[in-house]
Amino acid sequence: MADTASKTDPLTPVLTKRWLSPDSWRLSTYEQLEGYTAIRKALRMTPEALVELVKEAGLRGRGGAGFPAGVKWSFMPPNEDKPHYLVINADEGEPGTCKDVPLMMADPHSLIEGCIIASYAMRAHHCFIYVRGEVLHCIRRLNNAVREAYAAGYLGRNILDSGFDLDITVHAGAGAYICGEETALLDSLEGRRGQPRLKPPFPAAAGLYAKPTTVNNVETIATVPYIVNGGADWFRQMGTEKSPGPKIYSISGHVERPGQYEAPLGTTLRQLLEMAGGMKDGIPLKFWTPGGSSTPMFTAEHLDVPLDFEGAAEAGSMLGTTAVMVFNETVSVPWAVMKWAKFYEHESCGKCTPCREGTYWLSQVLERLVEGRGTEEDIDTMLDVCDNILGRSFCALGDGAVSPIQSGIKYFRDEFLALCESNKRELVGASA
Amino acid sequence: MTLAHDKPTETQPEVPEGHVRLTIDGQEVIAPKGELLIRTAERLGTIIPRFCDHPLLDPAGACRQCLVEVSMGGRPMPKPQASCTMTVADGMEVKTQLTSPVADKAQKGVMELLLINHPLDCPICDKGGECPLQNQAMAHGRADSRFVDRKRTFPKPLRISSQILLDRERCVLCQRCTRFSQQIAGDPFIDLLERGAQQQIGTSETADLEAAASTTPSGEPFQSYFSGNTIQICPVGALTSAQYRFRSRPFDLVSTPSVCEHCSSGCAERTDFRRGRIMRKLAGDDPDVNEEWICDKGRFAFRYATAPDRIRKPLVRGEDGQLRESSWTEAMQVAADALVKARDGKGIGVLTGGRLTVEDAYAYQKFARVAARTNDIDFRARAHSAEELRFLASSVVGTTPEHVSFSTLEKAPIVLCVAFEPEDEAPIVFLRLRKASRKGTRVAYVGQWTTSSVRKTSGELLACAPGAEAAALDGIPEHAKDLHEALSAEGAVILVGERAAEVPGLFSAVQRLADGTGARVAWIPRRAGERGALDAGAVPTLLPGGAPVTDAQARAALEQLWRLPEGTLPAEPGRDTAGILAAAAAGELDALVVGGVDPDDLPDPQAARAALDTVGFVVSLEMRPSAVTERADVVLPIAPTAEKAGTFRNWEGRDRPFDVTLQNTGALPDCRVLDTLAVEMDVDLFTQTPKAAWADFDRAAGAVPRTVEAFQAEPAAAQEESTNGHVKLSTWRQLIDNGSLQVEEPHLAGTARPAVIRLNAATAERHGVVAGELATVRTERGALTLPAEIADLPDGVVWVPSRSPVGVYEALGVGHGGAVQLSAGSGETGGAA
Repeated sequence: MADTASKTDPLTPVLTKRWLSPDSWRLSTYEQLEGYTAIRKALRMTPEALVELVKEAGLRGRGGAGFPAGVKWSFMPPNEDKPHYLVINADEGEPGTCKDVPLMMADPHSLIEGCIIASYAMRAHHCFIYVRGEVLHCIRRLNNAVREAYAAGYLGRNILDSGFDLDITVHAGAGAYICGEETALLDSLEGRRGQPRLKPPFPAAAGLYAKPTTVNNVETIATVPYIVNGGADWFRQMGTEKSPGPKIYSISGHVERPGQYEAPLGTTLRQLLEMAGGMKDGIPLKFWTPGGSSTPMFTAEHLDVPLDFEGAAEAGSMLGTTAVMVFNETVSVPWAVMKWAKFYEHESCGKCTPCREGTYWLSQVLERLVEGRGTEEDIDTMLDVCDNILGRSFCALGDGAVSPIQSGIKYFRDEFLALCESNKRELVGASA
Repeated sequence: MTLAHDKPTETQPEVPEGHVRLTIDGQEVIAPKGELLIRTAERLGTIIPRFCDHPLLDPAGACRQCLVEVSMGGRPMPKPQASCTMTVADGMEVKTQLTSPVADKAQKGVMELLLINHPLDCPICDKGGECPLQNQAMAHGRADSRFVDRKRTFPKPLRISSQILLDRERCVLCQRCTRFSQQIAGDPFIDLLERGAQQQIGTSETADLEAAASTTPSGEPFQSYFSGNTIQICPVGALTSAQYRFRSRPFDLVSTPSVCEHCSSGCAERTDFRRGRIMRKLAGDDPDVNEEWICDKGRFAFRYATAPDRIRKPLVRGEDGQLRESSWTEAMQVAADALVKARDGKGIGVLTGGRLTVEDAYAYQKFARVAARTNDIDFRARAHSAEELRFLASSVVGTTPEHVSFSTLEKAPIVLCVAFEPEDEAPIVFLRLRKASRKGTRVAYVGQWTTSSVRKTSGELLACAPGAEAAALDGIPEHAKDLHEALSAEGAVILVGERAAEVPGLFSAVQRLADGTGARVAWIPRRAGERGALDAGAVPTLLPGGAPVTDAQARAALEQLWRLPEGTLPAEPGRDTAGILAAAAAGELDALVVGGVDPDDLPDPQAARAALDTVGFVVSLEMRPSAVTERADVVLPIAPTAEKAGTFRNWEGRDRPFDVTLQNTGALPDCRVLDTLAVEMDVDLFTQTPKAAWADFDRAAGAVPRTVEAFQAEPAAAQEESTNGHVKLSTWRQLIDNGSLQVEEPHLAGTARPAVIRLNAATAERHGVVAGELATVRTERGALTLPAEIADLPDGVVWVPSRSPVGVYEALGVGHGGAVQLSAGSGETGGAA
């Protein structure tokens, strides 16, 4: 950590290095900037060696949970008596998160190259990229990149004479937050209603069409070609021991220059704010999320928390998708929390009781509170309802839904109380 | 199962192979691998509350009501786990709500959440009083609600079929109904729509228009023969039946176990009545037979017994030619006098229909043999053949569930259905075949088209022209070698339906195939009483228990048992149904005793009616006016199933006894009526009560030695070529049609499958028939016009339902395998008018 802090330039453009090149999304640009060099190397390696390389590099999933990618790949059965599938989760829907769509817009071929390498490593011959349906422009660009890759022989039969075949299908989702949950995504991809599946069986045993499947985030897979080219040691130079590598931090909100900042894992908000030009108009920071609205919020106290998987967890939150949403002192916490709660109410898939009913209840209470019709009792009720949802729901959506509420009340209880002040009921004769 | 030992440290019980040892609430328990925690706890007597869990459905884990705390190898899992989805593991420690405050709070929390949007309309809800939500909320919930905001509401109720109503605001979204429909019935016409708190059950018809395009799987209404089960497994009052809605409170009902009177499956049922009226029927729980399911016909078709036109007093035809109510004594006297005269004249024929209990069938045959002194008795009120009777005598009489049973089907590697459409003819057999097919049983059909049975059992179809089934079977060893090989495996089963009697040589072909492969053969008739009537001897060639009437030794034994003078029992085989009717029409019989026969079920309804008109005297034992009572000289009212005791013997040969549901209605079972009638004829049948009849039958079947003659298969007949310009008719009855036991139930009728003429595209084109428009099949006898639907039938074949609503035999005079002419439109231009 001291190592990263001492670096003169905190930015480490790896995934984003091509983003500012003219026509960065074109195959020709990609090829000029060492694109499709990693697959030449990878296709000469054995699948096992590739899995081992990714394990050694310590690449952790960039979709939020941070599961080691190499370990996940090694769950795939070694034999091929059933077809294997690689599915790319590009259903980026977490509020505040905006890293995968820009990546696919600016540099789609890095994802495709990653898909080829990962598919080869997992003996998959069909890869699906599940993109959220709203980002039409991105889908078009991705489709075009896939076409380019087919035409250039990077996809299809016998890729670069290696004997390896791979098809990529770009699939547009229909706009449901839950479809970012990997099993709901698989159901949706199969044409069913997007709701999470019971696990086990896990996707590596029975995933897409009940065949061995690995679901990986866009950023995770797009990182793979650089690891193949640079090696595990190079990769581990960035970030921390347990969370190595660069990461795209999506900074939004009240900063001077919001945007994507690629920096080593373990970078602090203080450093990120410097890169983003500081707080907008100098208005002081009030609260922020380290990784989207599902991660418990932080305050100005947490400016120096290292933003890696361990650091965020230690400070009582999660790294999530490194969607850093920054709010200054003009923002009411109960209001922001209410907006988030309404998002989760709208996006709850309805499968399980705690999430379906709980988000419905919480958002109503919060709305009432913000309108000044709440009571102090409501705050305790909310916390208890949150407790009844957290860890009780079918998938993590319910857990995410209560994060902003619990952390908001934890750090800013006074603000919630203030909203209730006018409703303190003095019962007639209560003093007796 | 082995339960906890008092001192587990001293003598650890052995863990058997395939089992694990775990503790639940500190109590040690050994459980089979793969068992769900919720069931293991249940065996220990700890009921964990649940909604979505159902032992016959795949786990869902949706309601989260059954959360418990689990530790593995001493390490507690961070979150409470759903005990309905987690299986037992060695060394697991489980704490339920009894010992874990975490589990208890989790359960109370989920219960509170379930109730926030649930209306407090228990006082007017059908489920109130027997509601799992109500009961579990009382046991595991908070006394008061902290929810003070707006409840989610929906317009109510939603009619998702003519029979099923849905109150969406009551629904807890456990998905039992949708999972039942998808997994068990295979009719995924209801599904979840919308999401979050707006998530709801619906059909394509209930979905919002804009959602319809993306959220509904089928675009079809909820049309299922099994939809009623969703009402029964609904853990709240969200699904109710149009028939029962707002009719009664559970605590006002008296419940009796009963047996379904409709098909030959013999389902266990529960009949609930109030003040002498049946209010509803529910599926009983019988793992060996119907598990926990019944079909909609079994559930809803019971109001025939309260039809306003039910005959409750004997009727005697007066000199004016009109039937008039009479006393029992008068009616018995008139009938007995005429029957004695007929017996001493040209004789009496007895036709019994296929819906009798074993006891009643036994009484009919004893009446025939002892009082009428004839073997002219036949239960087969449908198309039948001598070949069929020989097959039944050799291969079906006396078989028990040890031969072929529901569980045999479930375990079989392959089941071949011949001339048998399980979903229409024996719905519970269909459910078991579907269950088997989902576990890997191969199901094959010799039939005409890819019916819903074929589709929903992932079946393979050996399509052949109607009438050509025998040839198709004979072709299996050569042309379908893999099928032949599969049928040679241990446990393979061939199921034959009643339609086989319409195909000459088919039983012989079945026997050849069984002989060649070693597969077991079971006969599945359509009606509840057929198998019992066969075993009771209500056939022209067999005595009770199955010995041939020609067997002198058997007759002698029976004569001794029945205390008859030696040589009194008729020794010559009698006439079958067709023979009896022909004889009656030709004046070779003087009287007919007819119980529950509808001439429209017979291959030649016109001839049957003519026979009834011609014959000198007709005694009809009936419940409601029919074509037979219209022609009867004496009508004796008999009891419907709910008003008598008795036993149905199902297709497996399993006895399904039931007691009287509605006591003291005054209605008499057939066996009692026949006993009294025989007494008037100076003969004792000893069948005064079903109990007495059963005892007599039991003694007879046990006393009479039975020599089983092997079925002599007839050589394969040459297939006649289809005559020019004709098409072949394939037909069978749909489950819900115009059957006489389905009257007075418009909601059930609304779920009947539409009646259509099915044919393939090429045949349609050749005859100018357009899909969706009317087409007509015609014979010299008459015509039948229905909308046309394209299906994968063989070329030159059409299918029509036998009685939906028009009787095919009546309209066309031919049945399955007959030749008909096909034309487009209603056929008016054909010059029929």
